[in-house]
Amino acid sequence: MADLLDRKLLFVTGKGGVGKTTISAGLALMAASRGKRALVCEVDAKGDLAASFEAPPTRFQESQVAPNLWAMSMDSEASLRQYLSLQLRLPRAAGLGVVARMFDFVASAAPGVREIVTVGKLCWEVRERHYDIVVVDAVASGHIVGQLAAPQAINGLVQVGLVRQQTGWMLDILSDPAQTGALIVSTPEEMPVTETIELVGRLRAETTVDLAGVVVNRVLPELFGTREEQVFEALADPGVADVLDRGLEGGSAALLDAARLMVRTRRARAEHMEHLRRGVAEAAGGPVPMLYVPYLFLRSYGMRSTRQVAAALSAELES
Amino acid sequence: MKQGAGQASSLEELLAAKEIVVVCGPGGVGKTSIAAALATMASCHMGGRVLVLTVDPARRLAQALGLSSAPGRAQRVPPEAFADAGANPRGELWAEMLSTKQSWDRLVLRHAPDQHTAQRIIDNPLYQNISGRFVQSHDYIAVERLYELHSEGNYDLVVVDTPPTRNAVDFLLAPQRMAEFFSSRLLRLLTVPYRSRLVDVAARPFYYVADRVLGSQFLEDIAEFFILFQTLSDGFVARASEVERLLADRRTSFVVVSTLETVPVREAEAFMAMLPAKRLHLGGVVLNKVLPAYLTEQRLADRAELLCASADALAEELCRPSGPLAGQPAELVGRVLGEVGTNFNNIALVARREAGQRTELASGTPVLASVPELDDDVHDLAGVLHLGHHIWPGGEG
Ligand SMILES: Nc1ncnc2c1ncn2[C@@H]1O[C@H](COP(=O)(O)OP(=O)(O)OP(=O)(O)O)[C@@H](O)[C@H]1O
Ligand SMILES: [Mg+2]
Repeated sequence: MADLLDRKLLFVTGKGGVGKTTISAGLALMAASRGKRALVCEVDAKGDLAASFEAPPTRFQESQVAPNLWAMSMDSEASLRQYLSLQLRLPRAAGLGVVARMFDFVASAAPGVREIVTVGKLCWEVRERHYDIVVVDAVASGHIVGQLAAPQAINGLVQVGLVRQQTGWMLDILSDPAQTGALIVSTPEEMPVTETIELVGRLRAETTVDLAGVVVNRVLPELFGTREEQVFEALADPGVADVLDRGLEGGSAALLDAARLMVRTRRARAEHMEHLRRGVAEAAGGPVPMLYVPYLFLRSYGMRSTRQVAAALSAELES
Repeated sequence: MKQGAGQASSLEELLAAKEIVVVCGPGGVGKTSIAAALATMASCHMGGRVLVLTVDPARRLAQALGLSSAPGRAQRVPPEAFADAGANPRGELWAEMLSTKQSWDRLVLRHAPDQHTAQRIIDNPLYQNISGRFVQSHDYIAVERLYELHSEGNYDLVVVDTPPTRNAVDFLLAPQRMAEFFSSRLLRLLTVPYRSRLVDVAARPFYYVADRVLGSQFLEDIAEFFILFQTLSDGFVARASEVERLLADRRTSFVVVSTLETVPVREAEAFMAMLPAKRLHLGGVVLNKVLPAYLTEQRLADRAELLCASADALAEELCRPSGPLAGQPAELVGRVLGEVGTNFNNIALVARREAGQRTELASGTPVLASVPELDDDVHDLAGVLHLGHHIWPGGEG
């Protein structure tokens, strides 16, 4: 499991809202604290990544957010400029604004054209060895396959031209499990589980990227073990309520209700989790590392929650 | 009592007064189930012919509604199915599952100048890709199909479940984007015949770079496709504006579904903020997976603190030989009590955050219903009805 951090490029994806940004931030922080030079990149530019580090807004030009750790946000136009001038060695004067718009337009019809620019930038950081690890807070499940399969799509559609020539080395990086992996974040709920299982299948069928693992986020705490559960059930006795209400001046019924609610919800989620485990292994055609991150009961989310996530992930890697 | 345009004070009123109810909101909040429950409740309590148009529902729900066999066509949910679930609807419930590919083909056939052109478009390799993903094609297709169904006039009420878009807002912008796409300068640049490109001085850098980057053959392929596609332009643009008009009609109402989690609330708010500018009518919000209100009571939070602090003492008392838990190890009981107290603090924290979100979301928007997290997923008609009872006024909700 520890080899997760040996990869150079990790795409963190999953359904919207499951915690992709939170997990990416925690993972990158953990890698950095283990002495790796880490870059974390937010692809959808919503600003949540900066909030995870309580840092100023991230830009295309990376900025340091913690020791050993840099953060950036993807900007397809800036990336295209860099791509054209650095990799294709096109003169900057050649109407880049128009080209950017052309890209945008062509990209609405042709698969891979927009994506190649994003993936290209990330692969480039890996190839140039600017960092030991690049963690990508990637696009959601619905779009990740298109992004990761961009080089093949381009190969299929474009016969000549500079873009085509660039796909080879990108594919080498993306297809190498020692270098690149996808990490799917899920929560133990119906829709995220279904999407995760589907995505595992699609990643395998349509891309060359290896599945590095599945993170199950927001796992509710198990309140009681078996013996405690029996005691908890005995608390329903009216005699118990009398004693508790006397001691607490009322309210014991509601407190017990809340505990029942948690037990019930956790039980329902445990079923989803089981379904996830089975479905993922089946879709992947073999066992897949699973990492569990607890639900964090915090007033707000920022550096503190990111540290907690990093600690939780770190413990999972050791296990 | 004065109400904003199209706002009803209750779900009942809304479903009775409107012809189209568009159920929208962020992904994963339960739109499909809520849409099905709304349509079911309307058919049960108000009668008439009610259709729920749904996109990619969980397979079991599709089955429950009789949708598995024929996407792209409306089917009646058989009265026997209701009888089995212990309900006796006054009206008819119909359901249709959207088929994107089929609807696109239909559109192309309708707007193409002739059969031959239509076929060439459909056979073009880029078309497959286009009908799959171009300019939020699911969104456009959903509104387009809605328009078709409404103009056929077979239903008293159509409830639409919107596609799981990256952004709920995409759904609203789809017709406009479609129209803009056809009139864009880039489309013209790409589709001018190759020869005349050389004389268009202003556009020359564009072609120069485009050729070097993508290769001219690829550009030619794309150009050919778009030239064909452009023949659809007039029909599409006219249709898109009619579709937009229907969405803005007073007979159409938008119901936003959201949970009270951070990401969905943020998206639901962004969505609702857009409605007035587009002259769309917001019927209200339905909140899903809401935690019970008692969890936010300060009085109980104080009790929970006290329980954490006095768990061991209370356990001693409970486990006395004459106590109700005589014989149980006091240490174990103390731990359980402490856990009960801590748990309350934890859930209360989430419940309060959600209550705050609710206040924000509900400012200026009626909350039409608020549904707790149900223990079972909604996967059959009985489940839909159960959810419906939580939504319907006077139900369990
Ligand atoms: N383990 C956790 N416990 C509690 N809350 C969490 C946990 N992980 C994430 N969250 C909260 O859930 C919300 C969504 O998380 P996050 O922004 O990381 O999701 P995302 O997948 O990046 O979302 P998007 O699809 O919008 O980019 C945030 O408010 C975050 O603080
Ligand atoms: Mg995010």
